Amino acid sequence: MTMTAPANAPAIELKGISKAFGPVQANKDISIRVMPGTIHGIIGENGAGKSTLMSILYGFYKADAGEILISGQKTEIPDSQAAIAAGIGMVFQHFKLVENFTVLENIILGAEDGGLLKPSLSKARKTLLQLEQEYDLKVDPDAVIEEIGVGMQQRVEILKALYRQANILILDEPTGVLTPSEADQLFRILGRLKDEGKTIILITHKLREIMDITDTVSVMRRGEMTATVKTSETSPEQLAELMVGRKVLLRVDKVPATPGDVVLDVKDLRVVDDQKVERLRGIDLQVRAGEILGIAGVAGNGQSELLEVLGGYADGTGTITLNGQPIELTGAQSDGRSRRARGIAHVPEDRQREGLIMDFTAWENTAFGYHRDAAYQSGMLSNNAAIKAETQAKMDRFDVRPPHPHLAAKNFSGGNQQKIVLAREIERNPDLLLIGQPTRGVDIGAIEFIHQQIVALRDQGKAILLVSVELEEILSLADRVAVMFDGRIMGERMPGQTDEKELGLLMAGVSGDA
Amino acid sequence: MDVMPKWAEVILVPLISLLLAAILSALVILAIGEDPVAAVKLMVSGALGSTYGWGYTLYYATNFMFTGLAVAVAFHAGLFNIGGEGQAMLGGLGVALVCLFIPWPHWTIAVLAAIIGSALFGALWAAIPAYLQAKRGSHIVITTIMFNFIAAAVLNYMLVNILRPAGSMDPATARFPEAVHLPSLHDLLAPFGIAFSKAAPANVSLVVAMIACVLVWLLIWRTPLGLEIRSYGKSQRAARYAGIGSVRITMIAMLISGALAGMMAINNVMGEAERLVLNAVEGAGFIGIAVALMGRSHPVGVFLAAILFGFLYQGGAELALWTSIPRELIVVIQALVILFTGALDNMVRMPLERIFLALRRTSKSKSTPAE
Repeated sequence: MTMTAPANAPAIELKGISKAFGPVQANKDISIRVMPGTIHGIIGENGAGKSTLMSILYGFYKADAGEILISGQKTEIPDSQAAIAAGIGMVFQHFKLVENFTVLENIILGAEDGGLLKPSLSKARKTLLQLEQEYDLKVDPDAVIEEIGVGMQQRVEILKALYRQANILILDEPTGVLTPSEADQLFRILGRLKDEGKTIILITHKLREIMDITDTVSVMRRGEMTATVKTSETSPEQLAELMVGRKVLLRVDKVPATPGDVVLDVKDLRVVDDQKVERLRGIDLQVRAGEILGIAGVAGNGQSELLEVLGGYADGTGTITLNGQPIELTGAQSDGRSRRARGIAHVPEDRQREGLIMDFTAWENTAFGYHRDAAYQSGMLSNNAAIKAETQAKMDRFDVRPPHPHLAAKNFSGGNQQKIVLAREIERNPDLLLIGQPTRGVDIGAIEFIHQQIVALRDQGKAILLVSVELEEILSLADRVAVMFDGRIMGERMPGQTDEKELGLLMAGVSGDA
Repeated sequence: MDVMPKWAEVILVPLISLLLAAILSALVILAIGEDPVAAVKLMVSGALGSTYGWGYTLYYATNFMFTGLAVAVAFHAGLFNIGGEGQAMLGGLGVALVCLFIPWPHWTIAVLAAIIGSALFGALWAAIPAYLQAKRGSHIVITTIMFNFIAAAVLNYMLVNILRPAGSMDPATARFPEAVHLPSLHDLLAPFGIAFSKAAPANVSLVVAMIACVLVWLLIWRTPLGLEIRSYGKSQRAARYAGIGSVRITMIAMLISGALAGMMAINNVMGEAERLVLNAVEGAGFIGIAVALMGRSHPVGVFLAAILFGFLYQGGAELALWTSIPRELIVVIQALVILFTGALDNMVRMPLERIFLALRRTSKSKSTPAE
């Protein structure tokens, strides 16, 4: 036993990791060292190669070149079993839990000791109790997963890793589904784990989280590690620049709004889904010309249903008026096409499944939804030449890259896909723009551009309803913020007169005003 | 970026699939002690070596064009219409009624009426499963295949009890009057001084089928309705977002599909048999599925695939006639072609994509030696 690891060996070290998928070089010569008992952040835009790197570390992919050292020992990780054996635990962005199993059952799943469940379960119960005390990680071992909250489910994922004696914990975008207060709790737990000597790798695209809890941070761009710095010696601006490769404006540049007449007036809007669950429980809101109303809230609290019913593809009850004229909420006059005819444009939350058809060309997608417009017809046939010409012009104005109308939508990056949708919807000169998650999966460089376009539309006197789960985005873009929880509006605030803490409480259903 | 260039995707993949099917078929023929080279020679000379052979090949191909287009249109809407068989049977009924009960002065008017009659009956037969799918969510694969059996029963009843001429023992209609007989390719080509076999059944319906190919192409790629059909087929959620009604598209796509399948009857019933018999469709509805798969639901692809299957049908018949290769083996060969071109598409595509990737990478590393 003389071969113990040197005292100052990194908990995990990657040397020259490279991985290519076909023509795409996802990881190129990546090297990092993470010391034990630290929190190391990996930040980068979508498609920068963060997830690929972690998948290599967890044995999902095999690197084309390079080596992995755990506590100074060269380690092969051909599959996830080997990763677990090497003490690596992974908490995925989308939890890998069996919904109708209890917490305890999920924890032993795949780590049972023998043919009978009972001994494993009671052993796990004991271990769980120890872990709970050691790390202050409280969960009810007998609760069924589908009945506990998202934050709690994430703790189960962490406990799963710890139960398998993980020393290195990798978390992939862990705060995407959490309220700010749940995120704070998570960070406290991570701090505690770090104090107990665990090593944590946090993958995120949120600069604030990196600044708050990491000790060191690595920046990835286009498959390469562009820098590794001490968090205390950097700034969000510097990190953003390293991520994008140029200076970016993190704050949205805008003048105060000058709201005009009420454009959209929603009263007592209710939506019941197929399972007879009431998703919207009486929404009242107004959006005026020349203002952006931001809808904040944790995903799944009715924001999607609100957009769907306003966009005309879900039925609802209540009254909605646009410029004083009522809008049908059911029946033949309530579909996407008639909404567009009324001057409501819609950039949907899920651009890859709703806003675009990924196999269609950019020009087909530019006509999509407006394909029956007179300008796009010649006789009985589509005037494809006209559509292509218009697409080319839109691509130039919105700086879509590459500017090829014949390319299929799936071949553009997330940001450029969003620009195609945005160009289609904004340039229709709508009275009201519905826009959901405008920058989800969009690179920082494009975020800046998209935000500018939204503000420019507002300054033209259009009404904008913005739904986003990114609180930062809501606070910087919206002129007024409404918080949704469980199908209701919990309260409205002005961005300048509130903070994330207050909004976080509203998002968790704690009502500020009665 | 797409991994393969378009030409490889459209031409190379089906060609290699076809070659593999041919090799396997040759092995099977070898295994039963026959000579595959002689068999191929016989198939080619039998199906393509004479205008008589061509006449049969094109006659079968015409059937498959209609049923292939029918499947392709439904495919574009994401609907799997495997009821082409039944829709074609009902189309036959439509043609028979039009031809038997209305005195037509000339075939040119009669064929237009027969097109309408067959399309109407085929569309009506597709309308019921379409409605059940659109309104009640009954799966169209299940309902269309059940409707094939119902169609067979309906036809049986109509022929045995209603349309059979008095005194006839044969469950078939009377022969259609002379005026509605369609000109064969022999009649059509004779004025141009081209000699074509008089006995072959290929007829003016081939022209109708080719026009149908063009019209389907226009519909799918050049009209807003076509865009809606394709959108609905690719992403129902996106279609919903755009305000494209699911009931409307399901109904329209299936009505067009059923009409195309029904129109096959102007070829086999009006053009060839000149009366309606019990088993007029002879499985062409199902071959249409293979034709649409192989033709990638594109009218040009459907046209070419239909001719290929026409060749296999006619060549196979020749094999059965002149060799001891049993008829069942012809079916095996046809099945192999369907298997390789339709179902095992990825088996060819994946390695081919890898080859193209490797080619691209070597050409790239030549330009950037830093790799």
